[in-house]
Amino acid sequence: MSLSSAGSPPNLPLLQIDGLKTYYPIKKGIFSRTAGYVKAVDDVSLRIYEGETLGLVGESGCGKSTIGRSIVRLEEPLEGRILFQNKDIAHQTQNELRPVRTQLQMIFQDPYSSLNPRKRIGDILAEPFLAHRLAPPSEVPRKVDLLLERVGLPRAYKLRYPHEFSGGQRQRIGIARALAFEPKLIVCDEPVSALDVSIQAQILNLLADLQKELNLTYLFIAHGIGAVRYVSQRIAVMYLGKIVEIGYKDELFERPKHPYTRILLHAYPAPDPTLRDAKRIRIQGDVPSPANPPSGCRFHTRCPFAAEKCRQEEPPLTGQVHAVACHFPLNP
Amino acid sequence: MLQYIIRRVLIAIPVLLGITLINFLIIKLAPGNPVDMFINPNTPKELLDTKKELLGLNDPFFLQYFKWLLNLLQGQLGYSFSTYAPVTVMIGERLGPTLLLASASLVVGLAIAIPVGVLSAIRQNTKFDYLMTGLSFIGTSIPQFFLGLGLIYIFAIQFRLLPTGGMTTLGGSGGAWDLIRHMIMPVFVLGIVIAGKKVRYVRASMLDVLQQDYLRTAQAKGLHPFIVTNKHALRNALIPIITVVGMEIPLLLGGSVLIEQIFQWPGIGQLTIQSILSRDYPTLMGLNLVAAFIVLVTNLFTDIFYSAADPRITYS
Amino acid sequence: MGLPEYQLRDTSVQPVVYTDHVEAEIVEPGAFKQIWKRFVRHKLAVAGLIVTVLLILTALLAPIIAPYNPATVTNSFSAAPSGQHWLGTDQVGRDVLSRLIFATRVSLLVGFVTVALYVTFGTLIGMAAAYFGGWLDMIIMRITDMFMAFPFLMVILVVISVLGSNMTTIILVLALFSWPGVARLVRGSVLAIRQLDYVKAGIALGYKSPRILFRHIFPNAVGPIIVNATFGVAAAIMSEAGLSFLGMGVQPPTASWGNMLTDAQSLTVLTDQPWLWVPSGTMILVTVLAINFVGDGLRDAWDSRN
Repeated sequence: MSLSSAGSPPNLPLLQIDGLKTYYPIKKGIFSRTAGYVKAVDDVSLRIYEGETLGLVGESGCGKSTIGRSIVRLEEPLEGRILFQNKDIAHQTQNELRPVRTQLQMIFQDPYSSLNPRKRIGDILAEPFLAHRLAPPSEVPRKVDLLLERVGLPRAYKLRYPHEFSGGQRQRIGIARALAFEPKLIVCDEPVSALDVSIQAQILNLLADLQKELNLTYLFIAHGIGAVRYVSQRIAVMYLGKIVEIGYKDELFERPKHPYTRILLHAYPAPDPTLRDAKRIRIQGDVPSPANPPSGCRFHTRCPFAAEKCRQEEPPLTGQVHAVACHFPLNP
Repeated sequence: MLQYIIRRVLIAIPVLLGITLINFLIIKLAPGNPVDMFINPNTPKELLDTKKELLGLNDPFFLQYFKWLLNLLQGQLGYSFSTYAPVTVMIGERLGPTLLLASASLVVGLAIAIPVGVLSAIRQNTKFDYLMTGLSFIGTSIPQFFLGLGLIYIFAIQFRLLPTGGMTTLGGSGGAWDLIRHMIMPVFVLGIVIAGKKVRYVRASMLDVLQQDYLRTAQAKGLHPFIVTNKHALRNALIPIITVVGMEIPLLLGGSVLIEQIFQWPGIGQLTIQSILSRDYPTLMGLNLVAAFIVLVTNLFTDIFYSAADPRITYS
Repeated sequence: MGLPEYQLRDTSVQPVVYTDHVEAEIVEPGAFKQIWKRFVRHKLAVAGLIVTVLLILTALLAPIIAPYNPATVTNSFSAAPSGQHWLGTDQVGRDVLSRLIFATRVSLLVGFVTVALYVTFGTLIGMAAAYFGGWLDMIIMRITDMFMAFPFLMVILVVISVLGSNMTTIILVLALFSWPGVARLVRGSVLAIRQLDYVKAGIALGYKSPRILFRHIFPNAVGPIIVNATFGVAAAIMSEAGLSFLGMGVQPPTASWGNMLTDAQSLTVLTDQPWLWVPSGTMILVTVLAINFVGDGLRDAWDSRN
């Protein structure tokens, strides 16, 4: 990996999220009134700096994808600010968003459903230019060729349909589509978790190469630490709609402060089998419902170190570079 | 569950109101009015006008509608133009025979469709399957009146085995056997039409279930094929079939018009034709309303039954 | 679907080849060609299509094919089939074969025009309901409930008896009570497709609503609509025949397969003059069957794509 992981001080934040809440209403009863909310993202603040990759990990259902979808406004945030290049886009209308969208793109998890099955690859990649009238029609084919070349696919593929490609190839097409506008920030929503392990690395390498070439910034969402460790400089860990720990990758890996982070790290096999099980702590029970999260620290129902204080008080996210939301952090 | 039922009933109320409005609208489009129809052409115009005023025929449309709706709520559908009898009584007399015919056809149709569909699915892509699929297409594509006429020609005229029509033999001693003899042909025609459609549903539904993993598990466990088909597959395959049975009701009631006309069956279908010929609008209005009401109620029941039978359906 | 205009010949650049590339040299034909390929494998569907085409030709060429003018009264009444009148003559003395041929026009016209009307209307309404959602969706769905609660043939009979029966009314009334099914079908598919990532990707790329609706959602919902429309043509032909049989459809002297069967309600015709009712009944059966087979073939061809 060529990505520098530590050292250089962060640039300006390209994206800053303040107090983001994205809730889904739960309809109940005879008149479908709103009986409550699934608090998918509950008061999250984040900064993503220009040129970096921020990894966002957590179990399924923790709200990590909802953050990504809220940033590109595929979900409507209830509260909070999303400052992209110093402009709040959290509550703009779709029309106001249109110019921003060229700067802010997304790569989807499922390469099978992310490409319109009735369009040729060439049409899928030409559409951004034609729809936004960004290039005269005569230049569009050249631009499409360039995009295909960027993601390492032969030009001839543009006459084919999505179903003629493998998952990895489709994901390359999805990436090419996201690159059409030369965006600044790309939200990668579990871009490799639907792919075979052998192909995952190719896609991750492609993303890293593109980042260098085009000076891209990534929010890289994944449910396991594996892929995130490979591409990110900083990592944020999410649990039940909240960020519980965030910091530089090496810091976080060597000295995790939140019990949940440590459990996540240990859920992946250590390179040296003799070291396994040594410091292993086990997680108990299932993820509680985000519609009715536990009081105090949301992790207390499953935390091996939970004390009375954890049941009562919600811990704030504290710390400068390496921040944690825990009353009794490990490795202080 | 109870909440779901209440919700469905509450949704049905505006739908029912809309049905009455559409119905009223249709009849209001009809040329002429009851006063012109009742009274002979020599009646002075002033008398007609007062009569119209009295009947509220000069009122604005919505006022007429609300007055009619009020009567409807009290169970009054007005009086027939041709027999002067209350419409409710006329329809009441005819409803029984139609429902008898419809339910018998439904039973016969399913009694054909379920075994044939299940066998077609189990023996998928065999000659039996192809033959049955072909026959089911013919069943759905043959006009009821053509099939009916053909049956009358063969069984009533050529072989004189069955009566050509009606519900009982005139002057006969009646009895259950007489009724059944009259029912055989119309029930068979409607049953074939229903079976033709349902065979493909049963087959598709059964094929779907047969491919499920839990069924392969059952087979792999070495359960007897009969138990696998009957206990594990059929029960799960039948749930979606029940809902499509509910969908047949409007077609059966609508289709009664043809079948009752061909076999001279004294039900609401025949009454519809008679009322059309005599321009008996109150009766027609009543017929449409009653039939729509039956459809609405059966839809409600199938929905509720479906949600009760399939635990995967949520109520809210 | 024609090839895009920028179809370039891949000449020089040999790009980096990754291991997950499928080495397929042949450029696959378009999506519709594939559907056609699957359709052709369905033998009954192909037979159905051939019969349908023959029927359309019969309708178009009726004046050339028919031996007599369908309304002209000849001097033999209720005559049995003979060398002169292959299918005999009816009670008024008109040539049955010629009437049968001309009636093809009525059936196909009613079938295709009715379906074209209500499928277009139902599709637009269904797309609007799914796309705008909320109150509009709820009201549209309740209206479809209302229309679908009326027993089909019965209510159509009543409306036609009120409005008067001619071809235009028949088509309009059949369409009026048929659109809700299409609207619900389209609404369902649009709601399902709207959740797919390629639509989300379109939104993320800032495409406007009409583009997403008509270029991304609609083309993927079109399969079930076409299948439904095909079965709809068969159903409309059947309904017209039923109405005409009951005397509330196409009125004589215009010939329709349905009204040609009306006479068979009299026992003498039924018993002694089968040439008056067997051919027209058979024509209805063959036509409806052929179109239903085409619909079945289309459904299979479309289904296996997914």
